[in-house]
Amino acid sequence: MANILCVLEQRGGTLRKGSAELLTAARQLADQGGGTVDALVCAAGDVAGLDTLGAAGADRVLTATHAGFAHYAPEGIVATVHSIAAGYGAVLVSATATGKDLAPRLAAALGAPCGMDVTAVSASGDAIRVVRPVYAGKAIQTLDLSGVAVVAVRPSAYTAVAAGKAGAMEAVTVPAFTQRLNVSGISTPEKATLDVAEARVVVAGGRGLGDPQHFGLLEELAAAFGGEAAVGASRAVVDAGWIEHGAQVGQTGKTVAPDLYFAIGVSGAIQHLAGMRTARTIVAINRDKDAPIFKVADFGIVGDLFEVVPALTAAVKAAKGQ
Amino acid sequence: MAGGSAAYTGVDFYDMDSLLSEEERAVRDTVRSWVDDHLMPVIGDCYIEGRFPKELIPGMAELGLFGANLPEEYGCAGLNNVAYGLIMQELERGDSGIRSFASVQGALVMYPVYAFGSEEQKKYWLPKMAAGEEIGCFGLTEPDFGSNPGGLITTARETADGWVLNGTKMWITNGSQATVSIIWAKTGDIDDAKSIRGFIVPTNLPGFTAKDQKGKLSLRASDTSELHLQDVHVPKDAILPLSGGLKSPLMCLTQARYGIAWGGVGAAMACFDEARSYAANRIMFDKPIAATQIQQERLAEMLTEITKGQLLVLQLGRLKDKGTMTPSQVSLAKRNNINMACECAREARRLLGGNGILIEYHSMRHMANLESVYTYEGTHDMHSLILGQEITGIAAY
Amino acid sequence: MTYFRKRIDMKIAICLRRVPDTTAKIVIGPSGVAIDEAGVKFVPNPYDEYALEAGLALVGAAGAGETVVVGFAGDSVQETLRTALAMGVDRAVHLQGTPTADGLANARVLADHLRDGGYDLILFGKLAVDDYGQQTGVMVAELLGLPCATAISSLSVDGGVATVTREVEGGVENATCALPAVLTCDKGLNTPRLPSLKGIMAAKKKPLDIVPVTVGESRVTVVSLAMPPERAAGRMLGEGAAAVPALITALTTEAKVL
Repeated sequence: MANILCVLEQRGGTLRKGSAELLTAARQLADQGGGTVDALVCAAGDVAGLDTLGAAGADRVLTATHAGFAHYAPEGIVATVHSIAAGYGAVLVSATATGKDLAPRLAAALGAPCGMDVTAVSASGDAIRVVRPVYAGKAIQTLDLSGVAVVAVRPSAYTAVAAGKAGAMEAVTVPAFTQRLNVSGISTPEKATLDVAEARVVVAGGRGLGDPQHFGLLEELAAAFGGEAAVGASRAVVDAGWIEHGAQVGQTGKTVAPDLYFAIGVSGAIQHLAGMRTARTIVAINRDKDAPIFKVADFGIVGDLFEVVPALTAAVKAAKGQ
Repeated sequence: MAGGSAAYTGVDFYDMDSLLSEEERAVRDTVRSWVDDHLMPVIGDCYIEGRFPKELIPGMAELGLFGANLPEEYGCAGLNNVAYGLIMQELERGDSGIRSFASVQGALVMYPVYAFGSEEQKKYWLPKMAAGEEIGCFGLTEPDFGSNPGGLITTARETADGWVLNGTKMWITNGSQATVSIIWAKTGDIDDAKSIRGFIVPTNLPGFTAKDQKGKLSLRASDTSELHLQDVHVPKDAILPLSGGLKSPLMCLTQARYGIAWGGVGAAMACFDEARSYAANRIMFDKPIAATQIQQERLAEMLTEITKGQLLVLQLGRLKDKGTMTPSQVSLAKRNNINMACECAREARRLLGGNGILIEYHSMRHMANLESVYTYEGTHDMHSLILGQEITGIAAY
Repeated sequence: MTYFRKRIDMKIAICLRRVPDTTAKIVIGPSGVAIDEAGVKFVPNPYDEYALEAGLALVGAAGAGETVVVGFAGDSVQETLRTALAMGVDRAVHLQGTPTADGLANARVLADHLRDGGYDLILFGKLAVDDYGQQTGVMVAELLGLPCATAISSLSVDGGVATVTREVEGGVENATCALPAVLTCDKGLNTPRLPSLKGIMAAKKKPLDIVPVTVGESRVTVVSLAMPPERAAGRMLGEGAAAVPALITALTTEAKVL
């Protein structure tokens, strides 16, 4: 098996965050069997940063250029991968919203098993072994995928390692394909907010906020991190309509693994913990010193959040030299 | 909310679920979800404000909670009595006041129309009541006649074109928001309990007034009212033709008490669930208070009594579905289960320590509510006397 | 409603899974590859409820049509299928068999059944909250050669075209596809209804067809299922705003995340 194909994601000519991490995962997997790593980029025109992919781990960078790739066009990507698939033991994508849409399509087209949302991928004899959280992180499943495998790797699971090679560029032909899903574009919200699943820092609020307008306090704290923080929420406040569901962290919301997670006025229901327990550092602020959230927090402060959060915002700003 | 407890999953130590049919469980789970989603988020505020959450009525009607054990041909769900009991259990897990609302609408208003009404009355009223378009109240108790309803002094005098009603009713749940009432009045001599008949009386008729009874420290999320009827004229067809004597309203009370016995289990389960969760999470002297013998004894006692109460009402429901349930069996269940619920609520509140007096936790609200439930629909003491009479053949009241 | 919608006779299939309640505590069973199901309450997969609601609402708005719920699982799924019937779905099909860990093998079973069903829409939840496989619906679409949009958070159907949005990192992707199509549904699409009590009674009288199926070879082996590593006990830094400096120090020098 050994040779690995990474299907990288680009949007508007810019590679998506996580591309280097995916190549690192692929590199480590390929090196186990002395194989090669190819990176495939499907785009409508030029893509910036392709010359960095060699250093990130790609032996070859395959560019598939087609006007249909101006927006996400899964059928075209699937057709392209299908046309070059011979010789690869595994196809890797990032487990982003797009990657999770693409991976099962690739698997169905290649007749391959599919490992979704994996945090570790390695070779195990002839099989590809993947480790992945299930039951929203309440358990960890290890699977062996036999034959060619399609694997969607969580962007946060690997840290990019520079391999120091230069990747060869090569154009590949996009075969004719029938577009069935017509993506017309991506609307970005007026207030450019970072997705909780992507942010390095998540400031999450729960029922302890008392009132939806108090999310303003959390937005100020997030803003102090200068664009690398997003505001999250517990299910209770999303269900109460205090904040849109995209902010929900937990079993029926998003699973996040930021470097720093603030749980503010969040009691720590089991469904919420399932969605954030893999955060590197968890800080809990709650007026109830017995709140379960303190059991998973690295650092806890008991107190009135209306007093603690503004003080914290000021301190973060000071620490960041703002 | 309360101490970060996980979602409510009920209390089932004896695998009661295996004694329920799939439909019965589905009914229970549906009502439980509804209570979680719609009642629990607002009940604390309603209680503090002393307000019945009437905005929930359309949703309750849509689910089919009103008169759910009456037949489908009248717009009702046609459930068996165990499923009906489970509805009452789940509603009272939320709040006794909300369960009271449903009990009155179903057992005390829709049931008498169903049991004593003409076909025309049933066809006209029951679908509207099931749909929550008509909200009813039950006028039996009077200022001077509580445990002794046979002495009631409200009168109905026949006229050329109908009836004229006069009297005062007290402790009437839903009274001030009801659009229609079932009024029990004497059509004959004031000493003649056999002349008691039921009347369907719209509350907007001239001479009909309702006023809220203020200053309640219990059932604060429920309306309790005083009704005054002064020369209220109703047409001839307002009378429930098959009603006759004190037995008729007592039959209604048996229906309601049956649901109350289930409701008590629900309130007790809510308190136990809160106490168990709190005990596990509350750290005192560096360990959860659940690790102390005194709290374990409390929890063991609560679980034991709840389990007994569950088995009691389930068998009572099966008897009711068979058609063999007797009023004194209902008395035993109401007496036992409400007393049990009162004890559970009090013990849970105590286990919760200082936090237990806050509205954020549920046990004290249940504790205060249950004092009313202990007293209404036949006080605990009256049910003792009913059972005493059943056992000895001697009436001691 | 437009004339067009009234005329359309929508036929919609919703594929349903039965999963442990999201509040359930997970315990690994003695096999070491699956959970211990004893004492675990099972519910319809929450994301499938959005699919159910979408299907019921679309047929309701069309004024004519049929909703069919399909479950591929062991016999216990019948209770879940009846929950869907109680919510208003017209009939249920139980594909009686044992799904494997291989999503593609399972998708083939579903696709084989759905292929000749004449469905305008086939709806799935975006994932099942047990195995988080997130693939069956898409694979069914690929196997049937149908358009597919995943994790949709809004949907309108008009003139034989589905217009959807789906959340992607940093925005909302807008897309359309022609019917028939496969859609997988995300939270935010709608608010699922509860079954009514009348619906629960009516469900008993609705058809639930049992179709035994055999699943093909699985190319996925579950090696193990384990509990995640416990987090080390945290530290309380104090009370109120006075504890903030200690927190900043801890985040800067200890956790090195600031």
